[in-house]
Amino acid sequence: MTLFLEQLLNGVQFGIMLFLLAAGLTLIFGIMGVINLAHGSIYMIGAYAGTWVAARTGSFWLGIPAALAAAAFAGLAIEFLVVRRLYGRDHLDQVLATFGLILIFNQAVTMIFGRQPLFVAIPSLLDGSVELLPGLVYPVYRLAIIAVGLLVAVGLYLLINRTRIGMLVRAGSTNREMVRALGVDVRLLYTLVFGLGALLAGLAGFMAGPILAVQVGMGEQILITTFVVVVIGGVGSIRGAFFASLILGVVDTGLRAYLPGLLRHVMVGPDADALGAGISSMGIYLLMAIVLLIRPKGLFIRNS
Amino acid sequence: MSFKRALLALSISALTVLPAAAADAVKIGMITTLSGPAGYLGQDVRDGFKLAMALEGGKLGGVPVDLVVEDDGLKPGQGKQIAERFLSEDGIKLFTGIVFSNVAGATVPDIVDAGAFYLSPNAGPSNLAGKECNKNYFVVSWQNDSLHESAGQLATNLGYKTAFVLAPNYQAGKDALAGFKRYFKGQIVGEVYTRLDQTDFAAELAQVRAAKPEVVFQFHPGGLGITFLRQYEQAGLMKEIPMVVAEPSMDGVTLAAVGDAAIGINVSAHWNSDFDNPANKTFMDAWNKTYNRPVTYYASQGYDTALAYASALKATGGNIDDADAFRAALRKADFHSVRGKFSFGPNQHPIQDWYALKVEKGADGKPVIKTVGEVLKDHGDAYSAECKM
Repeated sequence: MTLFLEQLLNGVQFGIMLFLLAAGLTLIFGIMGVINLAHGSIYMIGAYAGTWVAARTGSFWLGIPAALAAAAFAGLAIEFLVVRRLYGRDHLDQVLATFGLILIFNQAVTMIFGRQPLFVAIPSLLDGSVELLPGLVYPVYRLAIIAVGLLVAVGLYLLINRTRIGMLVRAGSTNREMVRALGVDVRLLYTLVFGLGALLAGLAGFMAGPILAVQVGMGEQILITTFVVVVIGGVGSIRGAFFASLILGVVDTGLRAYLPGLLRHVMVGPDADALGAGISSMGIYLLMAIVLLIRPKGLFIRNS
Repeated sequence: MSFKRALLALSISALTVLPAAAADAVKIGMITTLSGPAGYLGQDVRDGFKLAMALEGGKLGGVPVDLVVEDDGLKPGQGKQIAERFLSEDGIKLFTGIVFSNVAGATVPDIVDAGAFYLSPNAGPSNLAGKECNKNYFVVSWQNDSLHESAGQLATNLGYKTAFVLAPNYQAGKDALAGFKRYFKGQIVGEVYTRLDQTDFAAELAQVRAAKPEVVFQFHPGGLGITFLRQYEQAGLMKEIPMVVAEPSMDGVTLAAVGDAAIGINVSAHWNSDFDNPANKTFMDAWNKTYNRPVTYYASQGYDTALAYASALKATGGNIDDADAFRAALRKADFHSVRGKFSFGPNQHPIQDWYALKVEKGADGKPVIKTVGEVLKDHGDAYSAECKM
């Protein structure tokens, strides 16, 4: 039972990380209609900038503003220099341009920081593990990630549903021309949305640093999964991104944890493990296929 | 008109002469992984190889060498394409560099089928060691299984009775667990295959904790290993369950990234920076003078591969057109390896000693990997009997 709870927490924590990336991606994709493959690069930039500052100053906490600032700056620069030219263009052009950005950013980071991974220590406040229930020991840092992710989710919910900017964002996504006709600077709105998406990616990157290795290409590893989240959740829906992230996190973790064991009841050990590993690595894509069959627009598509 | 024609003739002859002049240097094509999280592995293979060339002033075995490096991006298809281009457009006959077994599996057959030579500085997949061995295919590093056989033997030597084993779900990962199990005399209480692109191991670590093994063996090369070890430490497992690994999961870079958390980990290896032989001293001095970063065994293998090519180039005076003579020279392995004793077995894979290393606190307070004993002597591989040459 404790093992099950621990795996559930693991799934939630993975889901929360996915949400921080997917929230930005779905805003940009759903509202601006831009496929931004460079979202993973912004995640990497946030991780590198924050980790570098944290290592230089010896303070984990100073890394947070550095990561946020660097990611937001990179996001705004990408929007201003590249993406702005692609709003009216085909998705293929957007994929090509932002894929080019991935290569450029990876090379630039390699040139500045080298190929060897960077290291950031967990601050003493968040180090170690706590016993949540008798026998259920869980790392404090992962709990902190869950907390931060939930806070961000609440903040985004309030921003989108309770503020004037949020109203414009929602309106702009359904009818761009109408919003413009009302005298709203849609272009500025887009830049802000892009910056916000980048900010979230940077936050996710920096928080991932102490758990994962901060290395070139770290963004691409998680980007595909993030796109799956966006597709399952419904393009442009923050609520969808949130629930899809959690579902995906739990499903992925659950499959990895339990499928080989279940298969071992029907076949011999090594085969069961190999097959289980194979199926669980396909699991999220199978889930995506099923969701697309039943609800082609995603689980939580917004009401318009 | 005639002046123009003369000029044209001159430029054409210049074009044909120039490549001929450049062809004096023997071209070596290096296909390796330089991008992505595993990029530092290929970088070290390349820089180790270059170091050997630099020590000879751009030559190997007295023959001028031109090293052409391309990045395979850890994609088998990309490795294959580069090999085809090197073979057909550049006419390269000597190859090396591949880090990952899945890239090697897709690329090496094309190279050797075209009559060119391939000397592996790292990957040694089991299929290419046995039935699919080739007279033009040499491995300088090790056969994949041996890495993990030595870890299995080390775990047995240390007296562990139960083990939990983990590796990524690809050829080298399967070889790893097979190799470990071949020499581990205890019982395997859990076996898990992870994804090659996995970044979070929380689910697997929870299983390890639940299974309560005496020791954990895991194979996760490059950035994967760093991630795995740090999460293992964060989960509080490092204090509870000791770990025995083979060298891919604990190289100099991994250690620098993981830091004190790695203290106490047992490692089996065929090379370590503290080996006391003249060849290794030369290598380590040159490395520390040239590069401002931790040395890895990948670098030592790149260096040894260059020495192996150097030995054959020296014996044949740089003539690579007589493939039989070149091959015979390579087979002698007439060079001083940085790992000490070294020879090629019947399937042209290494026969060498394996050592027990341990991560300890060094004199300056930083963790170091220390050589503490021997694990296996004159160790070949399990597949050489299947190889018919």
